[in-house]
Amino acid sequence: MTDVVMPQMGESIVEGTLTKWLKKPGERVERDEPLFEISTDKVDTEIPSPAAGTLTEVLVEEGVTVGIKTVVARIQEGDGAGAAAAPAPTAAAAVDVPSAPAAAPAAPSAQVAAPPPPAPAEEDALPAPEPAGPLSPLVRRMARENKIDLSRVQGTGAGGRITKQDLEGYLAKAAPAAAAASVPVPARQAEAPAPPSPQPPRALAGARIEPMGTMRAKIAEHMLASKRTSAHVTTVHRVDMTKVARMRERHKADFQARHGFSLTYLPFIVRAAVAALREFPLLNASLDGNSIVYHNEINIGIAVALENGLIVPVIRAADEKNVLGLQRSIVDLATRARSRQLKPDEVQGGTFSITNFGSFGSLMGTPIINQPQVAILGVGTVDKTPVVLDDAIAIRSICHVSLSFDHRLIDGAMADQFMGKLKQALEVWSEEVL
Amino acid sequence: MDYGEALELQRELAASRQQGGVADQLLLVEHPHTITMGRNGRMENLLASDAALESAGISFYPINRGGDVTYHGPGQLVGYPILDLREWKRDVGAYVRGIEQTIIDTLADYGISAGRIAGLTGVWVNERKIAAIGVHIGRWVTSHGFALNVSTDLSYFRYIVPCGLTKPVTSMAQLGVQAGVVETGRALAAHFGRVFGCEMDCEMASETPIPAASEREN
Repeated sequence: MTDVVMPQMGESIVEGTLTKWLKKPGERVERDEPLFEISTDKVDTEIPSPAAGTLTEVLVEEGVTVGIKTVVARIQEGDGAGAAAAPAPTAAAAVDVPSAPAAAPAAPSAQVAAPPPPAPAEEDALPAPEPAGPLSPLVRRMARENKIDLSRVQGTGAGGRITKQDLEGYLAKAAPAAAAASVPVPARQAEAPAPPSPQPPRALAGARIEPMGTMRAKIAEHMLASKRTSAHVTTVHRVDMTKVARMRERHKADFQARHGFSLTYLPFIVRAAVAALREFPLLNASLDGNSIVYHNEINIGIAVALENGLIVPVIRAADEKNVLGLQRSIVDLATRARSRQLKPDEVQGGTFSITNFGSFGSLMGTPIINQPQVAILGVGTVDKTPVVLDDAIAIRSICHVSLSFDHRLIDGAMADQFMGKLKQALEVWSEEVL
Repeated sequence: MDYGEALELQRELAASRQQGGVADQLLLVEHPHTITMGRNGRMENLLASDAALESAGISFYPINRGGDVTYHGPGQLVGYPILDLREWKRDVGAYVRGIEQTIIDTLADYGISAGRIAGLTGVWVNERKIAAIGVHIGRWVTSHGFALNVSTDLSYFRYIVPCGLTKPVTSMAQLGVQAGVVETGRALAAHFGRVFGCEMDCEMASETPIPAASEREN
């Protein structure tokens, strides 16, 4: 039985993503015949089989990233006929049957015995016998500069490598107890005290692991970049939507019949936001270094949830549209966003964004600013609620509207004045919608 | 050169290189408007529909390599090195860094100070991507390669950028450098030879594509 391992593709490369199996369990493979493909750092590589025989076990599924030296599969050596002497290589059964004999000869790790669950990332990389494994130039330099004896540092990287985090953790622990030189060399990772920096969570047995996908990765990057860029503050106002609700109720059927789409609360909110943005143009601005860019146009981005992510198409010149025009734009953009028919410039050039999480039942939220904008409005559900009006309890349609703003540019007073204007526009709504 | 044609040429050369039939090669080409999608790419990353691509005159190639969706087009210098890494270094990381260095050195010739961003393969100028890299390796022989924006019409990148969420792209032209693709290719070939330690033996094909064969110094 030959173990097939994740190869080391270069000095600086400690893991790889298995992107495709070119053979199925039970299939015959020749030595040096491409067996699987991996992806590392924008490089995709076909990996040839280390032996000729039958692929008996596949331990790492497609899409999973594992450390170098991780066993990803096993091959029963010999030609088809010879191998038949031992476990019958019948296609389907071959996957499970050989796992029992496989447990005996193997030394590398306990995991060998476990049959097919996806190998948890990095787990297998531990048995590497070298004391420290190859070191990155950064780690070497840190060790030199801080006079660290590397044999005292437990590596947690793939293949037991010592990473920058390990050194930082070591230094952090060593600093207070510098004199107590008896820092125990932890025998195994399991005994190591709480890891100094957040470790990626280990996949539990049976977990499904799949790659993130580009859109997801872009969203992740964009969200974090926004959190790093802006000083986020959120303020929440309670808005009495009763007047708007009544108007909507009155026109709903007629509107649907006349225009072919329904009338929602959102265009009213957009209209009110536009009025407030006109009065407080700083919320319709961007920061460019130390300059404030006041935008000419009011282009409102509307967050649209997609099956696997979200997109923020933009209503251009929103200040030139009435409720009907806004509703038409919203329906059109949302529909085309979901069928991926948006044109590139329809997702760019926004100057302010609105996210309507109320449609999913949320009362209120603290949205993240859509860079390079400086504020985003979050709209909660509109619910009939008992409220005190002139010392009497009344039933009103209440909506919580939140504004996340960039405190680098906008102070709380202005944010709340903006919200006051928006609230007022909605509460005393007088404009006709038809 | 049409993308499909270039792909076929690469396949032939890579297969031949694996057998030791040819020396290392560096193909330098310019493609018409093309969007390629790696096997691991997801259709959702392509913002435009097939119909929209067709009406914009963009060919679409789902291709058999990993990675993202990519745009190629006029004004972009595309390089496909077909190298046997066993004769250089068996290190894909070093290979990619070498490609980056080649492009960084080339840009320096034009007074552009470009660099790397840790964790984001490619070549960057002020957080804007000027060159993309995507490599395939079979039996240590490389194919696919890099795309450097010389005077690319950057608006085409919008077809593949969802929500404007990615870091922006740039080109030499956008940075104020007026250079031709062929001329840039020559400069790049010289740096490539230096970085990868081979002697470049340039051979000009018809019209725009500029394949350059390279011979390794022994």
